[in-house]
Amino acid sequence: MDLFNPSIGLVVWSTIVFLLLFFVLSKFAWKPVLAAIKEREHSIDDALNKAELARDAMVRLTATNAQLMQDTRAERDQILKEAKALKDNIVNEAKQQAHTEGAKLIEKAKIEIENQKKAALAELKNQVSTLSIEIAERVLRSQLDDKAKQQDLVNSLLKDVELN
Amino acid sequence: MHFSHILRSKKNILSIAFALFLTFFSLNVSALEGAVAEETATAHAKETEKEKEFDISTFILHHIADTHSFHLWGEGENSVGIPLPVILWTESGLIVFMSGEFHHDAEGKVVVEKGGQRFINVHEKIYYASPAANEHGVFAEVNAKHEVANKQPLDFSITKNVFTLIFSSVILAIVFIGVAKGYRKRSGKSPKGFQSLMEPVILFIRDEVAIPNLGSKFERFMPYLLTIFFFIWFNNLLGMVPFFPGGANLTGNINLTFVLALLTFIITTANGNKYYWSHIFKPHVPWWLYPLMIPVEIIGIFTKPIALMIRLFANITAGHILVLALLCLIFVFKSIFVAPVSVLFVVFISLIELLVGAIQAFIFTVLTALFIGLAIEEHGEH
Repeated sequence: MDLFNPSIGLVVWSTIVFLLLFFVLSKFAWKPVLAAIKEREHSIDDALNKAELARDAMVRLTATNAQLMQDTRAERDQILKEAKALKDNIVNEAKQQAHTEGAKLIEKAKIEIENQKKAALAELKNQVSTLSIEIAERVLRSQLDDKAKQQDLVNSLLKDVELN
Repeated sequence: MHFSHILRSKKNILSIAFALFLTFFSLNVSALEGAVAEETATAHAKETEKEKEFDISTFILHHIADTHSFHLWGEGENSVGIPLPVILWTESGLIVFMSGEFHHDAEGKVVVEKGGQRFINVHEKIYYASPAANEHGVFAEVNAKHEVANKQPLDFSITKNVFTLIFSSVILAIVFIGVAKGYRKRSGKSPKGFQSLMEPVILFIRDEVAIPNLGSKFERFMPYLLTIFFFIWFNNLLGMVPFFPGGANLTGNINLTFVLALLTFIITTANGNKYYWSHIFKPHVPWWLYPLMIPVEIIGIFTKPIALMIRLFANITAGHILVLALLCLIFVFKSIFVAPVSVLFVVFISLIELLVGAIQAFIFTVLTALFIGLAIEEHGEH
């Protein structure tokens, strides 16, 4: 019945009103809304990308730190090792030196002792000879008194001398 | 052809199946109503005998049809309504008066004289009045088929549908300019209030309708798709409101769906690239099939928007007819005890109609995007 009736008025009005609505909404609603949504999506993407980058940087930094720590530790160990070697070296050297020095001193002391000994022997020999001369003098004096007694004395003195 | 993405998701298949089901259902109902209407038309002659017999089909068709005033309550002479402007382009120029001057008459019994011309209102259509009334007191010549033979002026009146059209457009403009203001005020921040209610819908149209069908050039067509979706959806819902300012069957009016489909047709045709036209005039078939294929393809250009027009019109009209028919059961059985059953069914159907309102808006938008997508598709292989 009336359902399919064409109505020129409604066609004209709906064309005008719908197109008007379309242009108004396009200009004042859809354009800003879509632009705002797009911009927000971009900013969210940007933020996420930045967070990702920051995380990567963090990971890299941590890795670098670990590497640095390891390097440092290795260096420290190296230094300690070198120091220990140096110390051992120094101690050894000192020992060596002390040893040679001591040996030298002992050698010197030995030589000195030998010299003193020689000097003492020479002194002794001198004294013995002096003594022998004194004895001989005394013997000669007593011999002048008694012949037999002189003989005995000489003999006993000689015995003593030979002991030395 | 790239219809596949419509059928890709289960949800879409479901909704399409549901819509098709409702379409058939509604066509059956309207066919039935048509049959009833014819019967009652033949019985119209015997009206004098059973004068107060309740005529369900006239009642329903009267309620879903466009009118020149916003009826509020009451019947016949005692009815109360908001008069709307009648704008006529007659043989001697423009004539404007308020529909209240017909005094709620839609039988052609009241003559309005303006600018030296006389008009009558017969079933909400304006005719030039006959010089004298016939035996029923009607100022019109009625032919053998019970049709009014009088001439009609061009009618550009602000009818109920035109009023609703303007009203809903103003509301939509206010709402979405407000939403846009929200984006400007809180740029870069999360949406708030009504803005956050609308944003998922806008994103849904962009991500599920525009981008899959239109590809990289979707941004050009977004404003049209969004406008058409919200316009149809809002008017479907407004049509479900039984009292002022709802109650008009705007999206169930074939003139409006014709305009919407025509705009889609114009956009599709204007944006068609060389692949689109070569597909129509040089289809990939043997040359001797051309006399068959080219006309088929050309018909195809027009059937697509016509299908859009009929689908929206039939679905929304069917919903209104169904609700009204269920309410009419009370008067058919002449019993108050039918009322609870009727009301229960009306509530149930109304809930389905809320769903259908959204689905039909979605389908119109999807198919518009699909048709534009086919027209702007870059590669020509099939």
